[in-house]
Amino acid sequence: MKETPLSNCERDFLLKAIEEKKRLDGRQTYDYRKIKIKFGTDYGCCFVDLGLTRVMAQVSGELVAPKESRPNEGIMFFNIELSPMAAPTFEQGRQSELSVKLNRQLERCLRNSKCIDTESLCVVSGEKVWQIRVDVHMLNHDGNLMDAASIAAITALCHFRRPDVSIQGDEVTVYSPEERDPIPLSIYHMPISVSFSFFQQGTYLLVDPCEREERVMDGLLMIAMNKHREICSIQSSGGIMLLKEQVMRCSKIASVKVSEITELVVKALENDKKARKAGEKCGFAESLPQERITALKVGKTPVEVMDVTEQANDIVQKAESCSLTVHTRVPSPLVPVPGVGQVGQGQQTTWGLEEEEEEEEEEEEVDEEEESDNSSEQDKKVTKMEEEDSRGDVVEISDSEEEEVVILHPETADKALKNTGSSFHQKGAAPSKQKRKK
Amino acid sequence: MDSALRERVGQVLLPGDEFCCDTDGVISLSDTVRPEKVLCGPGLRRSGDRLLVCKSGVLRHKEPNVFWIDSQQWRYVPVKGETVIGVVAAKSGDVFKVDFGGSEQASLTYLSFEGATKRNRPNVQVGDLVFAQFIVANKDMEPELTCMDSSGRANGMGVFGGGGLLFRVSLGLVRRLLSPGSELRSDLEKLLPCELVVGMNGRVWTRAADVQKTLVLANLLQSCDTMSCSQRRQLFSRVRQGAL
Repeated sequence: MKETPLSNCERDFLLKAIEEKKRLDGRQTYDYRKIKIKFGTDYGCCFVDLGLTRVMAQVSGELVAPKESRPNEGIMFFNIELSPMAAPTFEQGRQSELSVKLNRQLERCLRNSKCIDTESLCVVSGEKVWQIRVDVHMLNHDGNLMDAASIAAITALCHFRRPDVSIQGDEVTVYSPEERDPIPLSIYHMPISVSFSFFQQGTYLLVDPCEREERVMDGLLMIAMNKHREICSIQSSGGIMLLKEQVMRCSKIASVKVSEITELVVKALENDKKARKAGEKCGFAESLPQERITALKVGKTPVEVMDVTEQANDIVQKAESCSLTVHTRVPSPLVPVPGVGQVGQGQQTTWGLEEEEEEEEEEEEVDEEEESDNSSEQDKKVTKMEEEDSRGDVVEISDSEEEEVVILHPETADKALKNTGSSFHQKGAAPSKQKRKK
Repeated sequence: MDSALRERVGQVLLPGDEFCCDTDGVISLSDTVRPEKVLCGPGLRRSGDRLLVCKSGVLRHKEPNVFWIDSQQWRYVPVKGETVIGVVAAKSGDVFKVDFGGSEQASLTYLSFEGATKRNRPNVQVGDLVFAQFIVANKDMEPELTCMDSSGRANGMGVFGGGGLLFRVSLGLVRRLLSPGSELRSDLEKLLPCELVVGMNGRVWTRAADVQKTLVLANLLQSCDTMSCSQRRQLFSRVRQGAL
């Protein structure tokens, strides 16, 4: 599917908002969106929510023959899947430019930084080593896929346990989790990627850009760092010139963000470990058996409202004084000069016009001032829709559709008997009917 | 069938639920037999003498015999006569390709603007927002838009959107915003003076006094999507007090 084009008005608004240090979701310049880390039922499965961006990472292990050049090292394999589920523009099974870029960046971030001890993955030198495969699936795309993917991948790697292996002579035994406890990978450090987007040729900088911000940005800088403030990889894209000071500043911000995120990841891992030890339900599976329709519902959106009240009050007062004048003055309808095209009411025309227009415009402006004074309704222009014929007017709908728990009422038993085969069947209600008969 | 449907009005139905015609009803000899007529709206589908539910949502009813499913969905399917907000994606010859958020782009000829002639072309650039109405919308043909009503007037349609913000909400919220006497709309009116353009495709464009207020408004509307009436009132009153 074709990508939805970004309209000029969105682009202008975003740039204007960024100049005023405002962001779409009310964040500050250096704020990350809310990060949520959840685990699956199995080891090595991790879900990361970064605002609306959602990523799943699954780690799996396999015994394979090692590379000839490195006979006593395990193999790390990274794979990023961009499915159309994340965004309709992504295509299934085809390597797009974005997926190659993300894959490469993830490899640089996790493999080339040597954060995982690959030598401990060797079973028989030159014959059998563990191949650790990390599959990262994008579930929803709302910008900054790289950061979400790097957090998900490293958390899943930390969470993963490989089966225990013993060697007796030539015989290699792989134990099932019931026989021997599986072993975690040995991880030296946790590199986490932090993205910075630049606007207006590097004048403005934002951390963790969302999807629309990514589309208007001029350049992107990704820094992967661990909590010891060691840079694991750094990449700039978008062809933007950056000053040395800017890169230094970014790395300082990154070090703060990375330590915060690392703390979060460690905490999430600890919580999961505790829950597993105690034998509680843990991870993603928790929400499944509750049989609730709204188990995966969206949370509330935080709204930033600073000093709006005063301004709103001011405006309301002004509007009230305006509306008073409405009663005293007779509204004079705006009569456009013949030959002047107009779209909407009280707005400037957007048509390509001839030269004579200029004089007329002046007259019109005078009219418009009067007009805007006496019509307070015009402040609020709600364009109404004509409903299709079959529906007629829309009935007022009550707003309480989203309830916490929705219970599907089964039909009562006697009613069901009466209407057998006639009025209404609900297959889902069958078990409850049986219960009632007993 | 009518009575069975009426019984379920206001309840949640799921795809696969079905209603059957009454066949064992006693036919009166004296009364004139009137065939039961039910008009199906979105989410209901007729198959033979059965009525199938094909969307999950709440069953709604309008007198005398109109039924439809009110579902929370985000995907827009064009319907003839509905007005939408589109983004001009390309200019090719005498038609504009307009993206309205559906599976396909719609076409909009430059002659379908008020006052446009072959010599006096409308000033439309790629990336502009248009508020337009579907004149052709069916599954086999390319959808077609127009910016004029049947009498050739703009009637509020056309190119718009300087300085405002475009964002997406669910189709359910759009219907709530546009329904006559909508509480949500009157609540908003009291809160912030603003301009609002609402397309049936879930796109909403808004402009308030400055960037901050526009952002507040957009975030409020987006969060209204999943709120009940009382929750919304609470939020709005908190916004009014500036305590949030």
